[in-house]
Amino acid sequence: MYVVVMYGVAIAVVGVVALLADWETIRRNFLNTEVMAEMFPEVITIAARNTIVYTALSFGFGLVLALGLALMRLSSIGPFRAFAIGYIELFRGLPALITLIFVGFGIPIAFRWSIPGGTLGAGSLGLAIVAGAYMAETIRAGIEAVPRGQTEAARSIGMSKSRTMFTIILPQAFRIIIPPLTNELVLLIKDTSLFFVLGSTPGTKELTKFARDFMTGTRNATPLTVAAIVYLIITLPLTFLVRRLERSAARAR
Amino acid sequence: MTHAIEVRGLHKSFGSLEVLKGIDFHVDEGEVVCVIGPSGSGKSTLLRCINRLEDSTSGSILIEGEDITDPDADVDHLRTRIGMVFQQFNLFPHLTVLRNLTIGPTGVLKMDKKSAHQAAQAMLERVGLVDKVHEHPIRLSGGQQQRVAIARALCMQPDMMLFDEPTSALDPELVGEVLDVMRSLAKEGMTMMVVTHEISFASEVADRVVFMDDGVVVEEGPPSQLLFNPQTQRARQFLRQVSDR
Repeated sequence: MYVVVMYGVAIAVVGVVALLADWETIRRNFLNTEVMAEMFPEVITIAARNTIVYTALSFGFGLVLALGLALMRLSSIGPFRAFAIGYIELFRGLPALITLIFVGFGIPIAFRWSIPGGTLGAGSLGLAIVAGAYMAETIRAGIEAVPRGQTEAARSIGMSKSRTMFTIILPQAFRIIIPPLTNELVLLIKDTSLFFVLGSTPGTKELTKFARDFMTGTRNATPLTVAAIVYLIITLPLTFLVRRLERSAARAR
Repeated sequence: MTHAIEVRGLHKSFGSLEVLKGIDFHVDEGEVVCVIGPSGSGKSTLLRCINRLEDSTSGSILIEGEDITDPDADVDHLRTRIGMVFQQFNLFPHLTVLRNLTIGPTGVLKMDKKSAHQAAQAMLERVGLVDKVHEHPIRLSGGQQQRVAIARALCMQPDMMLFDEPTSALDPELVGEVLDVMRSLAKEGMTMMVVTHEISFASEVADRVVFMDDGVVVEEGPPSQLLFNPQTQRARQFLRQVSDR
C-alpha cells in the first residue's frame, strides 16, 4: 500500500512538472541543434582533446610525484617522512584552485619566471602537485597492503631494499590500487576545468572554458549541455571500469 | 674449524618482552639440526635472527665466521649464502614459477639469463615440478608452492638452508612431498637448520635436535637421545604432549 502511494506521488509530481514546464524555452536554450552544429568539430578536435591531454599530463606528473612522496612517507629517515606528511597534508587541505593560481601567477610574479609550456605547463604542474598528494596516500596504502612476507622473502635471497621495492612490492601494490587510481583519474578529468583561471587562447581551451565562451558568444546555454555530455562520454566508461576492477579484485581475494 | 652458524649469547626483546634469553648454539657444515619446542618458545625468532630478518638485541651470530650482527656487515651478501624457507611459502605471486627462481640469480648474483634459466629448470626437476615452470604460484597447491620456495632458495646456491616450520601451513596429505625434498637435500649434505613440529622427520633426518623453551635452549643432543630418552623434565613433558596428538 505504502509503495503504491509513493509511486502515485512520484508520477503526480513528474506529471505536474511536465505540464508546467516551458518545453519550448528549454529546448531552444539547452538543446538547440543549430548551436550544437556550430560547436563541431572544435568541441572534439580542440576542447575534448585538450581536456584529455591536460588530464594525461597531470596524471603522469602526479603519479611520479606521488610515488616519490609515498616512498618518502614510508622511509626510515625522519626528515623525509616529515616532508612527505607536510606536503600531503598541505595540498590536500588547500583548494586546487589556489594551487593553480599560485603556480600560474604567484611564481611568475615572485620570480619573474613562468613555468614553461604556458597554460599546459603551469596547469598540468599545478594539478599534478595536488593529485600527487592524493595519490601518494593511495600508493602508500597499496604498498602497505602487500604482505610483509613478500619483503622478507625478497630480502632473504639477498635483494637490497630498493630492488625489493621496485621488483617485488610495487608491482603488487599497483595491482591492488588500480581501482582507486582510476577514480583519481576521473577526478582529474573534471579538475582540468579549473584551467580557465590561467587564461587561454582559442587553441588551448578545454571543454568547460570552450563551452562557457561559446555560451557567451551565442547567448545560449546549449554548449554547457554538450560539454556535460562529452564529459560523461569520457568519465562514465572509466567509472564503469573501476566498478568491474573492484569486483574482480574482490573475487580474487 | 669455523662453524657454519655460530650463535653466541643471543638476546632478543620485542619491547619489554624478552623472547630470546641468551642463546648459545651452533650448526656445523653438512649438519642437519632440528629445533623443536612449544609455540612461543622463541625458535622461529632465533631462526629469523640468523639471517637478520630480525635484529637481535645483543650477542653475535657468525655465518662461516663473519658476524652478521655487525652494523658494518654486508647483510645482503651474507643472505645470498643462507637460503630461507617460510611457513607461508611467500612466493612472489606476480611472477611465474620460473621468474620466482631466476629473479635472485639474475638480479642479485648477476648471473646471465640463460644460465639462470637452465639452473632453475634443473632445480624444478629436482623438486619434481618441471611442468609448472610457466604457471603462476596461485595455481599451485600448498605443497607445490613450498617445493617451489625451496627451489627458489636453492637457486641462489646457498651454503646453508633455514626452514621456518615449512610444513605447518600445509594440509596433512601435502606434508610428505615437502619432507621428501628436504630429506633428499639432507642426504646430499646440505647444512640445514629446521624449526619443525614433525618429530618423526627430526628423528629420521636430524644429526642433532635442539629443544627450546621460554627463550633458552633447554636440551640438545642426537635424536635418539633427545627424542626418545630426554634428560630434562620440560623436554619430556613437551614430547609427551606432542605424541598425544
